[in-house]
Amino acid sequence: MTDRSAEMATAISDAAARRQPLYISAGGSKRQLLGRACELPILDVCGHTGVTEYQPSELVLTARAGTPLAEIEAVLEKECQTLPFEPPLFGGRATLGGTVACNMSGPARPWAGSARDLVLGIKLIDGRGQLLNFGGRVMKNVAGYDVSRLQAGAQGTLGVISEISLKVMPQAEHSLTLVYEMNAVDAIDSMNRRAGQASPLTAACWLDGRLLLRLSGAAAAVEHTATAWGGEKLADGADFWRDLREMRLPVFAGPEPLWRLSMKSTARVVDNACPALIDWCGAQRWLRGNFQLQTLQQTAAAAGGNASLFSGGDRKAEVRPTPDTVSVRLQQRLKQAFDPLGILNPGRLYGWL
Amino acid sequence: MRESPSPSHSLAPVPRDALLRRLQAVLPERCIISETESQRPFECDALTIYRELPLLVVLPENVEQVQQVLRICHELAVPVVARGAGTGLCAGSMPHPEGLLLGLSKLDKVIEIDPLARTARVQPGVSNLAISAAVAHHGLYYGPDPSSQIACSIGGNVAENSGGVHCLKYGLTVHNILALEVLTVAGERVTVGSTGLDTPGYDLLALMTGSEGLLGIVVEVTVRLLPSPEVAQVIMAGFPTVTAAGDAVGAVIAAGIIPAGLEMMDRLAIQAAEDFAHAGYPREAEALLLCEVDGTREEVASCSENVEALFREMGASSVVVSRDEAHRALLWKGRKSAFPAVGRLAPDYYCMDGTIPRSQVSRVLKEISTLSAQYGLAVANVFHAGDGNLHPLILFDASKPEEVRRAEQFGADILALSVQVGGCITGEHGVGLEKLRQMSHQFGPAELALLEDIKAAFDPGLNLNPGKGIPILKRCQEYRALPARHRHD
Repeated sequence: MTDRSAEMATAISDAAARRQPLYISAGGSKRQLLGRACELPILDVCGHTGVTEYQPSELVLTARAGTPLAEIEAVLEKECQTLPFEPPLFGGRATLGGTVACNMSGPARPWAGSARDLVLGIKLIDGRGQLLNFGGRVMKNVAGYDVSRLQAGAQGTLGVISEISLKVMPQAEHSLTLVYEMNAVDAIDSMNRRAGQASPLTAACWLDGRLLLRLSGAAAAVEHTATAWGGEKLADGADFWRDLREMRLPVFAGPEPLWRLSMKSTARVVDNACPALIDWCGAQRWLRGNFQLQTLQQTAAAAGGNASLFSGGDRKAEVRPTPDTVSVRLQQRLKQAFDPLGILNPGRLYGWL
Repeated sequence: MRESPSPSHSLAPVPRDALLRRLQAVLPERCIISETESQRPFECDALTIYRELPLLVVLPENVEQVQQVLRICHELAVPVVARGAGTGLCAGSMPHPEGLLLGLSKLDKVIEIDPLARTARVQPGVSNLAISAAVAHHGLYYGPDPSSQIACSIGGNVAENSGGVHCLKYGLTVHNILALEVLTVAGERVTVGSTGLDTPGYDLLALMTGSEGLLGIVVEVTVRLLPSPEVAQVIMAGFPTVTAAGDAVGAVIAAGIIPAGLEMMDRLAIQAAEDFAHAGYPREAEALLLCEVDGTREEVASCSENVEALFREMGASSVVVSRDEAHRALLWKGRKSAFPAVGRLAPDYYCMDGTIPRSQVSRVLKEISTLSAQYGLAVANVFHAGDGNLHPLILFDASKPEEVRRAEQFGADILALSVQVGGCITGEHGVGLEKLRQMSHQFGPAELALLEDIKAAFDPGLNLNPGKGIPILKRCQEYRALPARHRHD
């Protein structure tokens, strides 16, 4: 439990004075994931840790960015609460700051929201080394622009996150998993139909010819829906979802490039881009293989979504599609506003940012 | 709130006639309102104590027209203030005296409904409730439900990141939209967000939501839809003290129950609402809680039983559980009509919108009561207890300037108090013109400077809703060019 924010701010203002770009790192669990390769001196925020405030009845937890998620989960567990967006803990290495910066969310995401959705407030060190405070510890706050949520997915390019306040939720009283033998096309249809009904559905994925649905909530409600929906109950359901959340299922292993398609939940499966795993009720699809970003992007864009190279492959090239020129301009200007000298994770998100 | 004697201070105001001629070339005559008397309905939003007339009002009928209007205003450097249904509560859409008021109410089409994907594409002028009405036959609805939902537009909801009574469980506007079609200040069209649950690059969707018309003009919204719950039930409880009611709220959350809605009212609000709605509220109670649980029948039965038991355990003096839909609607009717009901007690009321940590509610209500005595103005409190959003309604008489000033100061004190206990100056109504001065309670100079840089990244000339939302730094030429009443010194 150490506050290193002053030291971090000094390191950034020194780097700014020298125009020395930095790569921000904490647990290092996502260094090879999501972003482009970034060979720069490291600003290590690892030791900046500690849960600074937690009141279970407020459903709000505040912690320093370098705090391991595992530590946060342990604190929440004692009060029967949880991080509702189910981020991967990556063997205890994942930190809160990195998780928010990468907007990492697990199987519950379509129902419980993403890391971005649960963020309430943030302390941020900008590219000038100023420690800034946005948002707060309350559920509703519309004063000023939403600078806090803007950090989710920005991968540290707008500032070094120092502290985060998050909405947390109670653990579900009861959960069970239903399994159905089904092809991908039918599974997409089925999971979306289920999601359109009032039910305790909290996760839906398709893998290896099986549709898996998780129900969580009041025991009576979960059991009632399970009976109504039929299907086989999976004995080790909790383990399956934990493995999916931690990305340690066999589908995630191996040297081939791993691609992620974020698209409309009902998007049809096309022959030249069949997913190995469909999660988020159809809205997140995983593919392995030597695809071209452009090819996959065409498929994803046809369904209003986007493709990205999650891990492996050529990480010196762009790993996500470049948007239209207006979006590029707006993002470059935002970067300029937060980090005028371009010293925070330059090139991590895009080569032009 | 004060009338400014001469609001015109711009360095080089654009001649109204020149602007009119340019607009007439791109808009049908019926889309332009140039007569003062016809402009009156547009001079304020629902915070009627702030009023101003614009140079011109335009009501375009399609996106291309909006685009052309923006291009003209951009070229002539004319301020543009966007307006939806005008139900806002922070003077966010009050016109700029040297600017154009851009009304988006005619863009009111539901473009596409996708029941299987549970999404709808709508134009910004569609009312919040009309979305739910349009998708109801699919067993779906749109989650956020601000109390003005019958009238307020989805475009305005995006501009303010509107909430409602169901936020704790279902989130705010930002959690319930997927994509926006936005026109930049120069009239360029850009898609923000996607049909997926996230989009590569910076989260411009989060940034646009709640940006109060300062960053761009929203011309289309893709919303997420939720399955309609099988059933909903309300548990109403009266408490002998505000503290006991506050503790009961904490107990519900601590028990792991996330109600769909959890509302608190104080004695004055209870009595006004009961006189108005005859919903059977306990007049003798110091505080009232309305707790709604929804979902499947089994979920609701289980939660409802638990909440009822908890309320009794926490010292409720009366507990009533809704018997059927009609009874549930009646119990809500009192709460939903609380504002107009309180409005009958005095010529005017001033609604505040601070958010506080739930645990601070009894302390804050006590201090508000002390302030009420000091200022000699009565106050009724309505509280979204689930998410900490407090709406004190200060009663006053707008025809007495001195009373207006007292109400204003009382309100400012409440917002300062909200910040002091760890909360914020606005939970869902926005900053607009009204709370510009309070922005410096919430933020330091470095934060305000960054907010201004974000504004400039989207709108370098500061022509979109200038002088609202974010205080313009006083060192800027743009600040000196602001009309007197937009200044916050």
